[in-house]
Amino acid sequence: MSTLIELQELSKAFGDLHVLRGVDLSFADREVTSLIGQSGTGKSVLFKCMMGLIEPDQGRVLYEGKDLHELDEDSLAEVRRSFGYAFQDDALFDSMNVGENIAFPLREVLGMRKRRQLRERVAEMLDWIELPGIEKKLPSELSGGMRKRVGIARALAIKPKVLLFDEPTSGLDPVLGQTINDLVLRVNKELGLTCILITHDIPAAFRISDRVVFLHEGEVIAQGAPAKVMRSDHDMVRRFIENSFSSTEGA
Amino acid sequence: MTVLAFSRDLFERIGNFTIFLAQTVRFLFKRPVRPRLYFEQMERIGVHSVPIITLSSLAIGMIFALQMVSLLQPFRAEIATGSAVAITMAREFAPVITTLMLIAKNGSAMAAEIGTMKVTEQIDAMETMSVDPIHYLVVPRVVASIIMFPMLTMLANIVGVVGAYVISVGVYDLEGATYLSQMFRDLKPNDVISGLIKAAVMGAIVSTICTYHGLHSGSGAKGVGESSTNAVVASSVAILIADYVMAMIMMQVMY
Ligand SMILES: Nc1ncnc2c1ncn2[C@@H]1O[C@H](COP(=O)(O)OP(=O)(O)O)[C@@H](O)[C@H]1O
Ligand SMILES: [Mg+2]
Repeated sequence: MSTLIELQELSKAFGDLHVLRGVDLSFADREVTSLIGQSGTGKSVLFKCMMGLIEPDQGRVLYEGKDLHELDEDSLAEVRRSFGYAFQDDALFDSMNVGENIAFPLREVLGMRKRRQLRERVAEMLDWIELPGIEKKLPSELSGGMRKRVGIARALAIKPKVLLFDEPTSGLDPVLGQTINDLVLRVNKELGLTCILITHDIPAAFRISDRVVFLHEGEVIAQGAPAKVMRSDHDMVRRFIENSFSSTEGA
Repeated sequence: MTVLAFSRDLFERIGNFTIFLAQTVRFLFKRPVRPRLYFEQMERIGVHSVPIITLSSLAIGMIFALQMVSLLQPFRAEIATGSAVAITMAREFAPVITTLMLIAKNGSAMAAEIGTMKVTEQIDAMETMSVDPIHYLVVPRVVASIIMFPMLTMLANIVGVVGAYVISVGVYDLEGATYLSQMFRDLKPNDVISGLIKAAVMGAIVSTICTYHGLHSGSGAKGVGESSTNAVVASSVAILIADYVMAMIMMQVMY
């Protein structure tokens, strides 16, 4: 499969805190990739570099061969149209209700104007996340898990080429987590979207991903097909895998 | 902090603010224009401020008249109170009082609201959807301020003059017709116009400073609180300086 996104030697520090230390990664078109790693290793920072929200100190982000940080404003906006980003802490617009939140990218990115069309797409998205009929609710009226799912719906709404999910299932109960993981698989298979997710749900990551990447202290320590990474002898990877599988299957 | 570090920090801020201003001007003319956002801000800055501006300018007009009548009485010139109040309100007090009130009411809210959006990643989210926060959040507030500050200043002018009339004629028994005819003889259109120009400039200053502080808010509730406080302090100082400079220029060219 062809490479869609390529990260080369990506480094980022905040003051003395070296978050990313030369990350080399590539993401193939139409694949599902899971990024796994401890909290605070810079997974979210990596996503933000990929979207051009944070400028890396060193290294490059290539999207279809174009360097994101060398693009002018309009071309960057153009590239971003191909991305959907579900934030770790939902980042819903709290002055807008759920329906307006989901309609926002439809209006602004796709230029969709017809009310009926917008309403239908919003309803479709809410069905996908199993929260039908909550268009009129404000984000402040929702639970954390509901907000998170609305954030996912907002990212999915424009059916972009690439979807970045930052911990889509944390904070959800196992049943809902499963729903979201199935949703990721579904948009990947049915719509052919490239999905990259950050997750702590190791069993699910190994089940739904074409590729798994382990990050540790700002570096990639293991990557490849799930079966291959499963056999990794890196200490950190072993501990991650053992701890997550022993709790679910060891009993 | 050393002097060197402080001045470097200061220059960096000035540089950043200048870039921010340039971007704001550029986005003023960029499409798409979103009329709903402009009306929303005009309503919040304009319509919702009518009570507080009415109250404060009425109080200023009345207090001012009270002082003027008692100061002018020994010279038997108290009938000039109307002119004195109308002219100083138009040139100075109406724009300055209005602006200070709007800083407290709307400027702080601009910084806090945008600051909260920044720390909760709503600004980042907006950018991922190819919407520039300056275009979407800053420009409507700046435009609404430039329009509404002068309109509220005009309101303050009228209410202030009414307040002064009530005190002068109602309480001190000055002769109403003479009071008014003198006032309308002395008050020149340029007095009013200069005040409105000041208000528009102050609207631009306040809205840009406050939105800038919001967009550069530090993290957490503390960061938002600080940016809001800094926005109020910085814009208050800035408009007082700007008022002095504009008054000097207008003395030369308008009065
Ligand atoms: N904008 C920022 N400014 C300063 N430090 C940051 C910023 N964003 C993230 N960090 C720091 O970078 C580190 C990695 O953060 P993050 O990528 O969110 O971790 P995670 O892997 O859990 O997603 C953390 O220590 C965090 O405090
Ligand atoms: Mg994170």
